[in-house]
Amino acid sequence: MNESAQPEPLIRLAAITKSYGQGAAAFQALRGVDLEIAAGEFVAIMGPSGSGKSTVMNILGCLDTPTAGSYRYDGVQVEKLSRNQRALLRRNYLGFVFQGFNLLARTTALENVELPLLYRGEPAAARHAASREALRAVGLKGWEHHTPGELSGGQQQRVAIARAIVTHPTVLLADEPTGNLDTRTSHEIMELITRLNRDRGITVLMVTHEHDIAACAQRTVHFKDGRVERDTANAGSAR
Amino acid sequence: MIWNTLLLALRAIRRNLLRSFLTILGIVIGVAAVITMVTLGDGATKAVSDQIASLGTNLLTVRPGQRLAGFGFLGAPAFKLDDADALRAQISGIRVVAPTVNRSVTVVSGANNWATSITGSSLDYFSAGNWKLAGGRYFNESEEHAGKAVCVIGDTIRRELFGSQNPVGGEIRVKQFSCEVIGLLAAKGQSAMGTDQDDTIVMPLRTVQRRLTGNTDVRALMVSVRDEVSTDKVKKQIEQLMRERRRLTESEDNNFTVFDTRQIAETLTGTIKVMTMLLGAVAAVSLLVGGIGIMNIMLVSVTERTREIGIRLAIGALEREVLLQFLIESVVLSAFGGLVGITVAVAASAGLAYLMQVPFLFNPGINLLAFLFAAAIGVIFGFFPARRAAHLNPIDALRHE
Repeated sequence: MNESAQPEPLIRLAAITKSYGQGAAAFQALRGVDLEIAAGEFVAIMGPSGSGKSTVMNILGCLDTPTAGSYRYDGVQVEKLSRNQRALLRRNYLGFVFQGFNLLARTTALENVELPLLYRGEPAAARHAASREALRAVGLKGWEHHTPGELSGGQQQRVAIARAIVTHPTVLLADEPTGNLDTRTSHEIMELITRLNRDRGITVLMVTHEHDIAACAQRTVHFKDGRVERDTANAGSAR
Repeated sequence: MIWNTLLLALRAIRRNLLRSFLTILGIVIGVAAVITMVTLGDGATKAVSDQIASLGTNLLTVRPGQRLAGFGFLGAPAFKLDDADALRAQISGIRVVAPTVNRSVTVVSGANNWATSITGSSLDYFSAGNWKLAGGRYFNESEEHAGKAVCVIGDTIRRELFGSQNPVGGEIRVKQFSCEVIGLLAAKGQSAMGTDQDDTIVMPLRTVQRRLTGNTDVRALMVSVRDEVSTDKVKKQIEQLMRERRRLTESEDNNFTVFDTRQIAETLTGTIKVMTMLLGAVAAVSLLVGGIGIMNIMLVSVTERTREIGIRLAIGALEREVLLQFLIESVVLSAFGGLVGITVAVAASAGLAYLMQVPFLFNPGINLLAFLFAAAIGVIFGFFPARRAAHLNPIDALRHE
């Protein structure tokens, strides 16, 4: 795989397109995206509404499939994988954090966090220990038995982050993780994500439209009209 | 994996207690209604056929007059004893013929009195009417011939006149004469028409003719037909013979009527069966309504569930794991609802059967059918919306509005 001088990046998108609808009414969300992300990077994806930033995020996270193009993850040709293989890729290597948290309602924080482990078939004792540890890591020790309805927005997002990292993923995909939060809470969540990237070496891809949030990343990719417009390193990043 | 999926399904049920409860309730009501209705209908049919059997099967009753109320009855001459002899002698398919007369009287024993009907007949009456003795004996031929004042009483007469005492050997007063009780008939209960069959006193025909009616008329002939012979054929033979004996010309209608007990029985059982089917249909509608209730609950929750499925897929659940979870969930709910429904139905139909005094018959077929139907509704409406959702791209499921 690594015949060239440069090592193979963790993620490589080549000429990715995505269109919705057919014929004259078709809408081109992505018009040929090339993007490489190395392991351990913290990348912010920015762009105006409709620029395709969320679409590329969903394709990266295997939540959606591209219309054409090539997506290699760690040397694996993702578009050739079956539905189940993509699910296993999500299960074992990817973690998701959404703008709307997407926790199961009326379900305690602990049970939400252990959900991915249940699908991995881990035994109960290991599941509980790992879930408590993940909740502790996001600062929610003592909140294990609260349901999302009893938690603030910031706390719910922390539960979602705990759920994402409980499987020790390689990549954390965050789609506007602070979009529903106030400024102070946003910064707390960003600190948490930055720490996960720095301390655990988790590769972080984050969609945002706020410059100060994007400034936490090492690199910012700007999208416009379904293409990468600019790809800049953040000199003044938190690192 | 199956244990974890079972755990997920049980958690999902617990998380949505109200929805689970409503689903179960719909199944319970539907299942319980169908089973209760059909079970009670079966019981009623059984009760009626039992009562018919107690009347005596293959029984024809010949009465003077036409069946049409108010016409011809008064003018029609009564039978005589030799009509009975003629039937017995000339029609081969007849087992026994019992000539009867009836009289409504008030009977007295000690301080008790009771208004009832006395039947005068021959010994054949007991065999034709399928009567059994509970105590004592029937009257014998010499008593019959001599017109002795002896009687065999029904269970209701015993209760009203003698209470807990043994009536056999006791005396009852009928008008101006007293009469020895020589036998007690085994109880039969209500007839299919709702009259009390045990409210009866049977005496020799001659006793009643001499002491109560004052003539030699016979009001009815009870004809018991041999088992192997068709009652319809015998009925026709009786009609022909009686027409000759009563000298009716070609143009004259019968001035007597032959009633077929089995025909009445078949009519009644038929009616009850129609009623059972009707009740069953009503119950099936309630099962359907229950099913629609379940369908509504499931469809209303589809948005929430679709997003839930999206979340599960996003964090790495396989499509088949999600499906298995939903399948287990709906099977558990439906089966639980079905079992509760059967329990409720058995309790309700046993209680109602007791109140209605019909036998309680457990019908495994309808229990199984109702259970399977309810389970199918639960599984179909619980599982198939989930199947559609689980097949979406995770992102489409997540964004479902």
